[in-house]
Amino acid sequence: MSPLFLPSPVAVGERFVTQLQNGELLTDASASVYRIAAGFLLATVMAVPIGILIGTSTRIEAALEPLIDFVRYMPVVAFVPLTILWAGIDDGQKFLIIWMGTFFQQVLLIADAVRQTPRSLIDLGETLGLGNGQILTRIVLRSSAPRIWDALRITLGWAWTWLVVAELVAASSGLGYRITLGQRYFQTDTIITYVLILGVLGLVTDQFMRAWGRRMFRYERTSR
Amino acid sequence: MSVDSREASVVRTAETAVPKVSIRDLSKSFGDVHALEGVSLDLFANEFVSVVGTSGCGKSTLLSIIAGLTEQDAGSVTVDGVPVTGPGRDRGVVFQGFTLLPWLTAQQNVQFALQDEPLSRAERASTAQQFLALVGLAGFENAFPRELSGGMQQRVAIARSLSYKPQILLMDEPFGALDALTRREMQTLLTRVWEQHKLTVLMITHDIEEAIITSDRVLVMSRRPGRIRADLTVPLARPRLAAMSAEPQFRALYSSILELVHEPAA
Ligand SMILES: Nc1ncnc2c1ncn2[C@@H]1O[C@H](COP(=O)(O)OP(=O)(O)OP(=O)(O)O)[C@@H](O)[C@H]1O
Ligand SMILES: [Mg+2]
Repeated sequence: MSPLFLPSPVAVGERFVTQLQNGELLTDASASVYRIAAGFLLATVMAVPIGILIGTSTRIEAALEPLIDFVRYMPVVAFVPLTILWAGIDDGQKFLIIWMGTFFQQVLLIADAVRQTPRSLIDLGETLGLGNGQILTRIVLRSSAPRIWDALRITLGWAWTWLVVAELVAASSGLGYRITLGQRYFQTDTIITYVLILGVLGLVTDQFMRAWGRRMFRYERTSR
Repeated sequence: MSVDSREASVVRTAETAVPKVSIRDLSKSFGDVHALEGVSLDLFANEFVSVVGTSGCGKSTLLSIIAGLTEQDAGSVTVDGVPVTGPGRDRGVVFQGFTLLPWLTAQQNVQFALQDEPLSRAERASTAQQFLALVGLAGFENAFPRELSGGMQQRVAIARSLSYKPQILLMDEPFGALDALTRREMQTLLTRVWEQHKLTVLMITHDIEEAIITSDRVLVMSRRPGRIRADLTVPLARPRLAAMSAEPQFRALYSSILELVHEPAA
């Protein structure tokens, strides 16, 4: 096969070293990590309280859930041109795409996690004389925390995809941008190198989140 | 065979003649399902009363209404003459399922019930330890629920509901999920705790033997819609031993309860 279609591992390795040495790799990666961190955090700080509200209040659930469910099915990719119109091609637009791709999913997953709090634990809180606020903080949030953490971990994985989508279309830095450049100049070794780096970054963050979750929710691990 | 609860109270001495808990004409439906219809009963201070009945006859509904977790359609529940309008710390509840908080250790689970009491940290800890010891779990303070067997978990739940000293203990098939041997152990333990702490107990069970061994009175509920069909005083002296289940008095009571439970509604 022509190395144009599939570069040899050696070529990829060499490209990796070059990119590392000329500093581009680090600049690209840090631009991307910054975007994903900001976009994901923005989505998370909004989705956690809203998801909890939807999961605990049937009235808010009835008002918001159908809307969010609907928005969730709108293809985020189709919004890329619009987001450029709204937010330009700077970091703001990347945040927006990542936010759109994760926020709605997060809200629904978190609401679901909260709803899974066993009725018996809430009854227990009531019989102990706790008020609604105390039941929320002492029982519901503690009980759904592992599931909420899982929701964040899964959506962070998706956020990587949205990051690349945003960077492929309009960017002047970032891992996705470098892939576009590679495409333009037929540098398949660059494309493969960056695809692999994206995969590794995604995997590392996921494993990190898993390990952190296992630490925080150690009590959950069954010894049975 | 059927004895009205008021007749039973006549037998009592003067100081216990005023019921601790009084339930009158309680009715509850879930849509078309009439769970309870006209349930009346009295619990006297420091009495241990069991409710038996077939599955789905409304036992849990009754307990849930007394606990203040479910609202009745009609009728009243009063504790010391005061109508129950919601859950309260005067009534401790032990649920059928295991309701320990999985993120807390055994001791923390007991302390969870004491969070808002005016106690110091040390007092809270020592109270929790004392009640864990009472149910035979000294040494398991730092175990998480997943590390405990079903029986141990239920003992923590009992310790928790005793720790804040409710006057009334409501239990919904507390040992339903346990094996026969553990059940017997738990019954003995519960009776001992009850004797030491003197509290009013209402226990739901589908185990007639368990009802007789532990209780002063056994209430039999009819099939849905649930009513109190019979109110039987257990004539056996305390302390009751497992061997008692062979005695003729025990067997006679056992078979009459069994018959009442399964008899079709009049
Ligand atoms: N929240 C509810 N919504 C609808 N129906 C209910 C509800 N709670 C109870 N029921 C119905 O009311 C009836 C009585 O239920 P309940 O749980 O009180 O019975 P039970 O005597 O405790 O049964 P078991 O011995 O199986 O625990 C059942 O037919 C049940 O399906
Ligand atoms: Mg029941």
